[in-house]
Amino acid sequence: MTETQETLLLDTRQFLTFILAEEEYGLDILRVQEIRGWMPVTRIPNSPDYMKGVLNLRGEIIPIIDLRIRFGFESRDYGPTTVVVVVWVNSAESERCMGIVVDAVADTYSISHDEIQPAPSISDGIDPKFFEALATMNKKMVVLLDLDYLMNSDEFNRIEPSRLQ
Amino acid sequence: MSIDLSQFIPTFLEESFEGLEVMEAGLLNLEEDDAETINAIFRAAHSIKGGAGTFGFSHITDFTHVVETLMDELRAGHRPFSDSLKSVLLSSVDCIRLLLEAARDGISCDDPQIKHIHQQLETELSSHNDEKIADVDSGLEVAEAAEEAASQVTLMNAQGWVIDFVPASHLLMTGNEPVLLMAALADLGKLEIDVFTDQVPRLDELNPEQLFLYWKMFLYSDCSERAVREVFEWVEEDCSLSIVPIQKLTDEVFEEGMPKSDVYYGSTLEYKANEDTALNIERAEPDELASHSGEQLVSDTQVVQHSNPVSPKKALPPEMAALAQANVASSLELANLKESSDSAAATGQHGRKSPVDLGSIRVGIDKIDGLINRVGELVITQSMLGQVGSEMADWNHPEVDRLNDGLVQLERNTRDLQEEVMRIRMLPISFVFNRFPRMVHDISSKLGKLVELKLSGEQTELDKTVMEKIGDPLLHLIRNALDHGLETPQERIAAGKSESGTVYLNAYHQGGFIIIQLEDDGRGLATDKIREKALSSDLISADQLLTDTDIHDLIFMPGFSTAVEVNDLSGRGVGMDVVRRNIESLGGHVAVISEAGQGSTFTVSLPLTLAILDGQLIQTHQEVYIIPLVSIVESIWVSTESLNVVAGQGCLFRFRDEYIPVIQLCSVFGLSNTANNFTNSLMVIVEGGGKRAGLVVDELQGQQQVVIKSLEKNYKRVEGFSGATILGTGQVALILDVAGIIKMALDPLTKRFLHTANKDDGCLSPKADI
Repeated sequence: MTETQETLLLDTRQFLTFILAEEEYGLDILRVQEIRGWMPVTRIPNSPDYMKGVLNLRGEIIPIIDLRIRFGFESRDYGPTTVVVVVWVNSAESERCMGIVVDAVADTYSISHDEIQPAPSISDGIDPKFFEALATMNKKMVVLLDLDYLMNSDEFNRIEPSRLQ
Repeated sequence: MSIDLSQFIPTFLEESFEGLEVMEAGLLNLEEDDAETINAIFRAAHSIKGGAGTFGFSHITDFTHVVETLMDELRAGHRPFSDSLKSVLLSSVDCIRLLLEAARDGISCDDPQIKHIHQQLETELSSHNDEKIADVDSGLEVAEAAEEAASQVTLMNAQGWVIDFVPASHLLMTGNEPVLLMAALADLGKLEIDVFTDQVPRLDELNPEQLFLYWKMFLYSDCSERAVREVFEWVEEDCSLSIVPIQKLTDEVFEEGMPKSDVYYGSTLEYKANEDTALNIERAEPDELASHSGEQLVSDTQVVQHSNPVSPKKALPPEMAALAQANVASSLELANLKESSDSAAATGQHGRKSPVDLGSIRVGIDKIDGLINRVGELVITQSMLGQVGSEMADWNHPEVDRLNDGLVQLERNTRDLQEEVMRIRMLPISFVFNRFPRMVHDISSKLGKLVELKLSGEQTELDKTVMEKIGDPLLHLIRNALDHGLETPQERIAAGKSESGTVYLNAYHQGGFIIIQLEDDGRGLATDKIREKALSSDLISADQLLTDTDIHDLIFMPGFSTAVEVNDLSGRGVGMDVVRRNIESLGGHVAVISEAGQGSTFTVSLPLTLAILDGQLIQTHQEVYIIPLVSIVESIWVSTESLNVVAGQGCLFRFRDEYIPVIQLCSVFGLSNTANNFTNSLMVIVEGGGKRAGLVVDELQGQQQVVIKSLEKNYKRVEGFSGATILGTGQVALILDVAGIIKMALDPLTKRFLHTANKDDGCLSPKADI
């Protein structure tokens, strides 16, 4: 039996986790395209500061978001472990490719559905919809992110170009 | 032979839309007895009907059938051409388009208009038939009417069909196999087949890939003619086909007292033996052959290109039969003639589809875009390598020279490749122009104006994307020219002009741009009225000195319309500013020249493609940006005395005879401001949206052709930028949207917005703060 089949049978999902301000966050692994080291980006004027800029990914121009700033954590200088996780995000009409800057990647987990519990509403400002659920792995809490919500809110809502009437 | 037909539906639709365009264009130009155009329209209608039948779009088949029948009568001269008929047919074209669109989208179309037009067509059709029957003056017509009545009867109780099937010699090469056709016919009922071998050349001249046989088939079945025709659906274009009911044939032959009547029965009996062995070649009797080929010939000449949807109603006129009977040779000669005219018709039909037919294939646009993207990557890689090569040039190593030689070659090849690939996307502008004659016809009749539309330069090519986006702006311009520009016939005569106005639409290439000119010989722009209107809507101040050109330019301002009454064509004041905005979003310009009483000329210039542009790399505040070369007027060193500070804030620069605003990119883009001193700085004078401005930059870098990448695909539209590109270093550089930046910097509203945006930077989403 292959691993995929096993996963399907056991009703589990795989997550890639990363570290952000000493906490562990998880992303659905099927959404992750690749993990790259940090490279300088081109700034986009008049964009919020968590929008670091755009990067050339083999001919595609993709936006890079600093998740620390997005979540309102203190920003930190990028070091050797700083990575960009390139993910696919479902938007209204298409799939978009984006990069998120995190402190470091941690691990991958298979988490069964029973172990996933809904995220409680977290106090103070941060949009609770960013978080899809919580899971406990090795006695640590892992926050599972709702990528589609996170990456489509606010700044990333597209403004339709005006059309001829 | 079961093929999934649905895979051909897109092609059918595409061809049908092309056919509709042919019909529309034909109808508009149709004169009383222009047999060629009528034929072209008929053929278009016929192929739409045929295709629709194949794919089971019965709505379309039914509707088009009526149109086709009308056209057929027109073609045969049984029906006079009238303007009312023209307009009914034109609206029927619209209906077919609606139906086709519905079929494409997989929805059912129940527009009441279709029913209405259908009825109108039917009335048109039957009214004329009634007249015909009532009209007893002409013996010929009586005969025809009687014949028609007779055929009506036989259609009801035909005992079978006589099918003359004369395939073109290239039939086998089109992948069609007569045996299969015959097998399909045999499924419909009892089939008897005569084969004729008289066209078969001597063995040493025989080309085995060509078909020299032709057949006469007797199908004893109560199936409909349509069922028979369906069998031949795929080969109809490549053969001459006549389908006549057996009953009728024999009756008529009796009526006309032709001694030859036994031929049919004779041959029928004779060949009954080999009814299932179609390829069993038999030798036909010479005089029998004569009558067959004669008959064949006659029915063909009557049916004109074998595509009559209704069975040929005419029987063999005796003199023709006699002629045919007279000698085999002459009829064979005639048959040859017919064949050559057939092939001429075939090429003619082909030529109609694409005027320059050098052979073509249909390719999905996504494949081409994929190719263009790859080539774009290649160009970037090449420029990257080129940069490395030039850095290595100082190494003084013999291998470096060889490398650089190769790189030069690579550059040339990439450039050629890119050009060729870009050409794939280029289409003649006639795709846009073709929709205008119809529109002009409709609008001018609505307005009661006489208009002649002249087109030229339809073959000028431009990028498909640009083409798709330029249609609507051009449409607006033409509407405006018709509505506001041209006068009514009375006014024109009073002004000493010819009764009908002329709108002249021309396209040509000029240095990487396509220029589209729209010229009318109407009343021209009313300079005084525009000035008044602009004053009343505060677009200009009373003491402003403006040249006529400046005033004319005001019509492109938002919310500007001088039309006294607002109608459904124009006059809502949303026209011209939207036109300008759309054209500029494509990287183009629009300008107007007008002379009172003489007319106006609108000139639209557009880049040939949206995929690449020539850019000037600039550096400011450690960021590299690209300014499209077309937007740059001049780049100059600025001296302090030519700068004037206004109200301690804005800054104006004296450029030649005018004062132009100076824009600091750092304030527009919210970059940290390092120096407020313009002394001896570089300024790039740019123009966009009809305005000029000076951009202060730190450094001018090289000029290069850049591949435009969309920011929208993965991010969103960014105000002030038209896109981005990837430089030789692999870095992303943003391309400035000059018109957008001027607007951002000078429009007080956006300025305020920017100010707040900058202040709130980082807390645009307060929710994100903890």
